[in-house]
Amino acid sequence: MELKLADYKSDLAPDWCPGCGDYGILSALQMALYKLKIEPSRAVLVSGIGCSAKTVHYAATYGIHTLHGRPLPVAQGVKLANPELSVIAMAGDGDGMGIGAGHFIGAGRRNPDLLYLIFNNAVYGMTKGQASPTLELGAQPKSLARPNIQNKVNPLMLAFAAGFTFIARGYAYDVKKLAHLMELGLRHRGLAMIDVLQPCPTYNNLHTREWFAPRIYDVAAEGYDPLVPREMSDEERAERMGRFTTKAGEWGERIPTGVFWQAQLPSFEERLGEYLPGYPADAPASRPPGGEAERVSALMRGHRVAQ
Amino acid sequence: MEDYTWRVGGPQGGGIETAATLFAQALARGGWWVSARREYHSNIMGRHSYLDVRATRRPTRAFFERVDLLAALDAETLVRHLGEVKPGGVLVHDPEAARLPLSKLAMLDSAAYRRIAVALGGGDPLVQEALERYRDEGVHLVPLALEPLAREAGEAAGADAITARKTLNTVAVAASLALLGYPLELLEGALEAHFAAKPGVAELNRRVAAEVYARVEPLKEGHLEPVGSPGKRIYINGSHASAMGKVAAGLGFMSYYPITPATDEPFYLEAHPESGVLVVQVEDELAAVNMAIGASMAGARAALTTSGPGFALMTESLGFAGLTETPLVISLYQRGGPSTGLPTRTEQGDLRFALGAGHGDYPRAVLASESVADNFHDAALAMNLAQRFQLPVIHLTDKYLASQTRTLEPFDVAAIEPDPGVQAREAAGVFPRFSLNAEGGVSPRIPVGTPGAGYWITSDEHDEIGHITEDPELRDAMMEKRAAKMDALKEWLGADAMYRAWNPGADILVLGWGSTGGVALEAMTGLDLGYIQVRFLLPFPDLEELISGKKLVVLEYNQSGQFAHLLTQETGRKPEHLIVKYNGRPMTIEEVRAAFEAVLSGTAPQYMVLRGGV
Repeated sequence: MELKLADYKSDLAPDWCPGCGDYGILSALQMALYKLKIEPSRAVLVSGIGCSAKTVHYAATYGIHTLHGRPLPVAQGVKLANPELSVIAMAGDGDGMGIGAGHFIGAGRRNPDLLYLIFNNAVYGMTKGQASPTLELGAQPKSLARPNIQNKVNPLMLAFAAGFTFIARGYAYDVKKLAHLMELGLRHRGLAMIDVLQPCPTYNNLHTREWFAPRIYDVAAEGYDPLVPREMSDEERAERMGRFTTKAGEWGERIPTGVFWQAQLPSFEERLGEYLPGYPADAPASRPPGGEAERVSALMRGHRVAQ
Repeated sequence: MEDYTWRVGGPQGGGIETAATLFAQALARGGWWVSARREYHSNIMGRHSYLDVRATRRPTRAFFERVDLLAALDAETLVRHLGEVKPGGVLVHDPEAARLPLSKLAMLDSAAYRRIAVALGGGDPLVQEALERYRDEGVHLVPLALEPLAREAGEAAGADAITARKTLNTVAVAASLALLGYPLELLEGALEAHFAAKPGVAELNRRVAAEVYARVEPLKEGHLEPVGSPGKRIYINGSHASAMGKVAAGLGFMSYYPITPATDEPFYLEAHPESGVLVVQVEDELAAVNMAIGASMAGARAALTTSGPGFALMTESLGFAGLTETPLVISLYQRGGPSTGLPTRTEQGDLRFALGAGHGDYPRAVLASESVADNFHDAALAMNLAQRFQLPVIHLTDKYLASQTRTLEPFDVAAIEPDPGVQAREAAGVFPRFSLNAEGGVSPRIPVGTPGAGYWITSDEHDEIGHITEDPELRDAMMEKRAAKMDALKEWLGADAMYRAWNPGADILVLGWGSTGGVALEAMTGLDLGYIQVRFLLPFPDLEELISGKKLVVLEYNQSGQFAHLLTQETGRKPEHLIVKYNGRPMTIEEVRAAFEAVLSGTAPQYMVLRGGV
């Protein structure tokens, strides 16, 4: 039976605020899954806590709505146990860059084959608009009693430092381009991160659709090439890092989107496979049951007093 | 000889663990039942560490405070273990150490220094004073400078000075066994097995052992002889036993963050891919628990090991597993708390924590292992309970069992079947993962990713397909469905699995849990006492009838009597005596027996603290 875009939509109607960027992200994700013909039952969406976390309930895939900050570990557990599944982790900016930031670094170091979306609206929406870790120093959206006195973290730069092999930024109101970025991220073998900029029409009156519209541009349109060859001279590496840093750090009058960095490195599953016989084809959740007694007997042999 | 305990003490990182393994293996190869325990500081190198190896003709359960032979690799060992060699026992020591004043022992902390200095008559006593104290207590002193002996034997065996120094452990073991007249061939066999991967090292150590035997005269009496054959016996510690139990029940995934003393288990599995377990070291305990939960949701059998501080970090996710009915096993290796506490010492201070960890009400099972062998069987049982009842199971064990090694008959792996759990026979389209049509509260399950189906899982309260709900009726129905698992689980287990009783007809019953069982049973030999080992703390067994009309004594490793309070809560009975220990050292047969004798003679207070141990 041919898959339709509607097959990716659940029966539940979203309860986000009108104009929320989450609608665009959900649509883009459904489009990307549809475009790649990923069977809904072979896709697992894993979210944290907050407005963004409800996304998983609106897609007719498997959906796991975890705890605040923990989508990445749960997503990695699903993926490592059954590497045949397409796993998409998603987190709000507070979820991913605040309470769960440690996992961001841990996942980057491993490079599991996942797509990770950050819903970045610079505020904690569900708790009524507190400053998130991506809000600029000195900014004061209407929900804050005083200007933000903590500096912001740049998810792209942090992803680079942590070792993410696919680093991109999208914009929630440009659904078509965002879907295309997600498609690239899903095709990427390894950990793909997309920082998705989105307005919060209820609590963030600074980063509005009107504020973003004239600033957003696509790095690809300027001829930026994110592909990083496996082998590079020191000079070439320095040049590419410099280019990445310049683009990733650009914020203000112009805000770049698109793919900033894409490198081909062995995925975590492949690295594990070097030590665990049969993995990833033969994985803990997909292998047939049986063989336990033989495994214990093999372990016990090493403990025999006399052979 | 029927029952012999050898102790080796020296600086941490100096290889005394290898020495104990060699000694134990040499005896095990001669048919002895062997058990070893390890005491060490939270330190990499230099601080005092010691191991006891007890060899017997029958399997045992515990250890003595006083030993038959103490091999002291340094002067600190001599002064720390004063009074712990039996009259008629042997002390092997470096004669050069005698002239050192106590203040020159660099790793002796100030509290121990003051205590030992006072015990030796005050001032800054010489180690010689300690040696005289041993002699006064009837200990046979054997001055044997082990380091020069290692140099001499090593050089005679063809090694350079640095390599020769590395054989000190073999020298200590060879000297001890030579004194005891034990056959060299059995030590040679142990050396070959221990250094199997390095034939050159094995050969050098073998030659060194032979040189030592040639230089050390056997004692006139108190010899050890082989008593038979080891057959198929294994020599295994509590960490490895717990790992194997989980493998037997189908373990496929384990994530971990390093912590003493829980990490030996995943580290062992990581080193043995033949276990079939995917082991992942992660960034913190939050990642560890959530990754295991994810793997379990996808259908892998997943488990974790941790200790108090790590378990504290996992508690939010424990409730996540409870609410989402995800099978999950955590082996909680208790160590001295609170906070960082005594990281390398034993305690049973996490009972109330395990029972109540996490916010909100949700079903869980908590069971506690008594012995190294129990660690195997209970780990397997915990895995199967988690699978069958779709809930978190906390398997309580402790540092004492983790670092205890014993000879055992091989585990009967054929007797353990991984429980398949309650699986849905078919699933198509949206699947009611949390169906209210659930016998014993357990909804039939399919793993996340099952082709052709789908559902949601949320940490919010949810409906049958896993969508968020705040509906009051659904909330009640879901809470009641989950809660129903506790009765179903208790019925499935049966009373025999929940506690063990020895001589329950006695007028005085001792109750214990976890690793107190072994020492309680050995200490009450010949005394008119009964013993109840409570294996399940949640659900709690029905003990009312058993304890009715009896005088009750509780024995446990914590200050406040956590189990005693639980007993009162569950049965309405307050124990007449509470015997506790919380200095981090294992209970010894002598001190527990003395406490029991006091109970029997009517001289025991209601609350007794055991304070033995180095």
